[in-house]
Amino acid sequence: MITKLVWENIRFRPVRTLLSVLLIAVPVTLILTLVGLSEGFLSDSARRARGVGADIVFRAKGSSLLSFSGASLQSEFVDLLAKQPHIKQATGVVIYPIGGFDSVSGIDVPAFEKMSGGFVYLQGHGFQKPDDIVIDEYYAEQRKVRAGEKLKVMNIDWTVAGVVEPGKLSHVFLPIQILAEKTASEGMVSQIYLKADSEENVDTAVAALKKKFEEYPIYTMREAISLTSVSNIPLLKNFINVVLGIGVVIGFSVVSLSMYMAVLQRTREIGILKSLGATKAFIMNMILTEALIMGLGGTVFGIILSYITKFTLQKLVPASLPPAIVMSWWPIAGGIAVGAALLGALYPGMLAVRQDPIEALAYE
Amino acid sequence: MNSPIIEVKKLRKVYLQGKVEVEALRGVDLSVPAGEFLSIVGPSGSGKSTLFHIVGGLTPATSGEITVGGSNVSTVGDAGRTELRRKCVSFVFQKFNLLPNLSAGDNIRVAMHISGMKLEFDKRLQELLGLLGIAGRLEHRPSELSGGEQQRVAIARALATNPAILLADEPTGNLDSKNSDAVLKILRDLNEKLGQTILMITHNPDAAAYGHRTVHMSDGQIVDTSFRPE
Repeated sequence: MITKLVWENIRFRPVRTLLSVLLIAVPVTLILTLVGLSEGFLSDSARRARGVGADIVFRAKGSSLLSFSGASLQSEFVDLLAKQPHIKQATGVVIYPIGGFDSVSGIDVPAFEKMSGGFVYLQGHGFQKPDDIVIDEYYAEQRKVRAGEKLKVMNIDWTVAGVVEPGKLSHVFLPIQILAEKTASEGMVSQIYLKADSEENVDTAVAALKKKFEEYPIYTMREAISLTSVSNIPLLKNFINVVLGIGVVIGFSVVSLSMYMAVLQRTREIGILKSLGATKAFIMNMILTEALIMGLGGTVFGIILSYITKFTLQKLVPASLPPAIVMSWWPIAGGIAVGAALLGALYPGMLAVRQDPIEALAYE
Repeated sequence: MNSPIIEVKKLRKVYLQGKVEVEALRGVDLSVPAGEFLSIVGPSGSGKSTLFHIVGGLTPATSGEITVGGSNVSTVGDAGRTELRRKCVSFVFQKFNLLPNLSAGDNIRVAMHISGMKLEFDKRLQELLGLLGIAGRLEHRPSELSGGEQQRVAIARALATNPAILLADEPTGNLDSKNSDAVLKILRDLNEKLGQTILMITHNPDAAAYGHRTVHMSDGQIVDTSFRPE
């Protein structure tokens, strides 16, 4: 009977119910979108790292694998590393951040194409002129450009020579010499990718490199990709926790306000129930059941909204913020929404329970 | 004469209005035998509603003794008064006080659920619904019913739980004369046919005349008692 009573209450005031559900959905969407963006961004990074075709990555002293960095490794290292045991090929890249999460990669075109298997051109062709730039399909979609059109990157007008299939190192490419020249980093690279002579020899090669270049971060690509996860990036983890906290506070406040309004609106009805002999537990059960239903409704609506957000981001910024749907977070976001809803309903519930039945019955 | 189902002795109730104490009841003594139809009349502020609320367990007394259905309710707390409302007394209000979001039938079922009863309408309840003339209106929400029908649903809800005492607070106050007569006749029939104990507050002397006895209240005291001529 309580469920029916609650259900009829919810149906009887559809606008208030919808508004409450929408407001509870906001933190759910916020959490799911943020987690989706983090996961999407990192899985996109991992996919692009795999696309390089390397077995080992070699970085400058004191640099972090998961951060953008300038070119701080002398390019002589490329030839030096190529001569190390079990190393078949080496290619250096310059990574230059261009704002937000985007960066341009300067590549040694023949070496990079050899290692990665080469670009698949969807439009246009490879580098031919000094002002040519190659971008992937996502970036072309984001910047709304096609091969042959002009594109401003790093405050310089380039011509889009080709649009390639995504999934190889970066979204934006320049020949390494040109990028180095434009960024005053001639003779330097950001990191060096190495290809082993066979897969079985990767670990042996890494061990030998680590022995010889003790102070340099050296990873197998398997390690590098496995490190590309939310839990391995403390700042991102903290950021997600902050947003979770905000989600809880918003959910809590919204439901509390909504249930407070519901209790106020229903003062007389609560008085009627009390006059019929309803116990405190009955009234509290009714309020909490309503909060639970709204919390669950908000979760479902929040999940639907996260799909809409994903679709929108995919249309607007597919390269910079590649979104993902992370289903494993649905129960967490739902738990937060429902928990906040129940917590938020406690105070109004206590008000309802304590309401004087005579005053409640006199309420207009 | 049946044994008393309500016994009130030296009942006092003092309210705080801001910082001012207001004495709503000043030592009321009243005994109501089971099966009586008692009318309580008096001007506004005479204390009749307060007496009603204390007998019905909606508010505690300041002092005095009240026994309802054999239980001393002057000493019980909030939970005890809730139990009294759940098991022993039922209310019919001037403003009907039906839950607007539920159908008439569900309004009755809520009361039964709260009382811990099964939700099926048994033979007794179906006869009552027939007597009240609302058997065909149970699927309708209060807003779809006339005032008279709403009050009859409220009476059905009050009696569905088989209470020992029915407390009716100005039950005809919001009704036209035709519906008022119908409701009063129903209350009298319930009293005569089912032996239902009824206490009814009213301003209307004609309505009060439906009771076996009428007590007159003024300034928080019972000042007069009159009986219906046989």
